[in-house]
Amino acid sequence: MKVLVAVKRVIDYNVKIRVKADHSDVDLTNVKMAMNPFCEIAVEEAVRLKERGVATEVVAVTIGPKAAQEQLRTALALGADRAIHVETEERVESLAAAKLLAKVVEEEQPGLVILGKQAIDTDNNQTGQMLAALAGLPQGTFASEVVVEGDKLQVTREIDGGLQTVSLSLPAIVTTDLRLNEPRYAKLPDIMKAKKKPLDVKSPADLGVEVTSKLTLLKVESPAERKGGIKVGSVDELVDKLKNEAKVI
Amino acid sequence: MSILVLAEHHDGQLAGATAHVVAAAKAIGGDIDVLVAGENVGAVAEAAAKLDGVSKVRVADHAVYAHQLAEPMGALLVELAGDYRHVLAAASTTGKNVLPRVAALKDVSQLSEIVEVVDADTFKRPIYAGNAIATVQSADSLKVITVRSTGFDAVGEGNSAAIESVDTVVENRQSAFVKQELAQSDRPELAAAKVVISGGRGMGSGENFKLLDGIADKLGAAIGASRAAVDAGFVPNDMQVGQTGKIVAPELYIAVGISGAIQHLAGMKDSKVIVAINKDEEAPIFQVADYGLVGDLFEILPELESKL
Ligand SMILES: Cc1cc2nc3c(=O)[nH]c(=O)nc-3n(C[C@H](O)[C@H](O)[C@H](O)COP(=O)(O)OP(=O)(O)OC[C@H]3O[C@@H](n4cnc5c(N)ncnc54)[C@H](O)[C@@H]3O)c2cc1C
Ligand SMILES: Nc1ncnc2c1ncn2[C@@H]1O[C@H](COP(=O)(O)O)[C@@H](O)[C@H]1O
Repeated sequence: MKVLVAVKRVIDYNVKIRVKADHSDVDLTNVKMAMNPFCEIAVEEAVRLKERGVATEVVAVTIGPKAAQEQLRTALALGADRAIHVETEERVESLAAAKLLAKVVEEEQPGLVILGKQAIDTDNNQTGQMLAALAGLPQGTFASEVVVEGDKLQVTREIDGGLQTVSLSLPAIVTTDLRLNEPRYAKLPDIMKAKKKPLDVKSPADLGVEVTSKLTLLKVESPAERKGGIKVGSVDELVDKLKNEAKVI
Repeated sequence: MSILVLAEHHDGQLAGATAHVVAAAKAIGGDIDVLVAGENVGAVAEAAAKLDGVSKVRVADHAVYAHQLAEPMGALLVELAGDYRHVLAAASTTGKNVLPRVAALKDVSQLSEIVEVVDADTFKRPIYAGNAIATVQSADSLKVITVRSTGFDAVGEGNSAAIESVDTVVENRQSAFVKQELAQSDRPELAAAKVVISGGRGMGSGENFKLLDGIADKLGAAIGASRAAVDAGFVPNDMQVGQTGKIVAPELYIAVGISGAIQHLAGMKDSKVIVAINKDEEAPIFQVADYGLVGDLFEILPELESKL
């Protein structure tokens, strides 16, 4: 079974973002970028499926600027066999990403596609579900366990009240939650080897998809700051403040 | 202009989130229909009909909608969406699972987790774990939107809207429900509680979370956790508060043994009053806390319980 993994280049999750002075967007100049953490989990799961002999080939795909090839090389170093870069300098909304991925799915015919549940820049949590709908495939979102059983896939999902298990026909789409696995780090020799692995570059036009969107980003603002509070010296003082000052208990 | 709100329900009961989504729909303006889809959901429909501002409750009661699996729910909504300009759902794991399928099949974008309605086409939503707020305008003919409950005050319950049944039955051969393990608790729901007390890695073990029980009992609080506490297996996943867990905004949030990573803050920094208990006086949680108490939680918690 071929496994396709979608990875997105985003701001590193440790970086504190700044809003541009003209409020047009978040300022990403000279900011450390990385693979979206949920995509790291997706790559790890695909590689483990290959190590277990369930997957035969792992293909990583990204949509984004030239620099997003760094994240594809990371995926290759972590164990993906080859990579596809859909190159565009434009802002790609989830719907356009899903359309492009649907075309890649049509060309590659994977048995399983794994995506992150959410990109930590836009916090959209849409692309996997949209891809599933466009490709006419079932979805197992927010997965904390994935088991392939013949032509079926059992997915345990993290839902608001606890855990839900569904059985999906294959091919299927999975999106990863935090506890699906703990991603490994790439080792230096693997990083060297990754440089020689095949990486195909395509344009959205090659796939026949327009990247335009009907959404306009009008403004980006910083959230209301919380004004700093005080330190209390004792439990008695805390209880007194909560009762008599904040009046919340 | 009319709006379709997908009702959130569990175990045959309407979930509180729906009243917040209806509030968002009222802010957009127009007739508001609520869709209740599931199996044996008569009582849910009746509860939804009481929500202020609702014109009509539409009920799709059929085994194919049991457990609200994404594939049939998406297909049903696509069938119904033609009558509406906006389709709204809670930004719950159900809403997030289903709505993007509807958007994709209708070839429109989705606006995720809005916290404010500017006008019928323009919305505010947090991005980058809530460290920025984007104002986004949609020119799509249909707006598909998930709503963050904490952004909208729930509507009241003085209404008695008409209830009608929807006969649309879709097929689903692709997915099947296997099982569900839901956490049982007598405490209030995390998202709805007026007081939340959360434990982090500093709690040290699942056993130690019992130290929060007595305080939660006295305050009528829900108990939450950081990701680190969930990952370590101290408590189940449904207790996680944060960017990728639950978003809460209670009157009082008490963070115990939690450092205050941005991903955790994303889920609780809109709380009215924040208390932090941490032995590290440099912990970032103190930057957002109204009242910080530096010290060992194992000493502080029993004392706090006894003094409440
Ligand atoms: C993509 C992504 C998504 C994430 N989503 C979330 C999310 O939704 N929610 C979330 O919470 N995190 C999330 N995280 C994780 C987040 O970055 C932090 O790792 C996590 O919040 C840390 O949890 P913690 O504060 O409990 O643990 P730590 O950072 O280890 O802090 C423990 C704290 O306990 C204190 N402590 C220890 N012992 C005691 C004692 N005896 N008495 C008093 N204080 C004590 C310490 O001083 C310390 O401050 C996410 C991370 C990523 C990459
Ligand atoms: N530009 C992109 N390139 C590749 N994968 C993407 C892209 N955008 C989104 N994805 C995938 O979709 C997931 C969810 O993203 P989102 O729906 O934008 O929150 C990500 O974790 C990726 O797996």
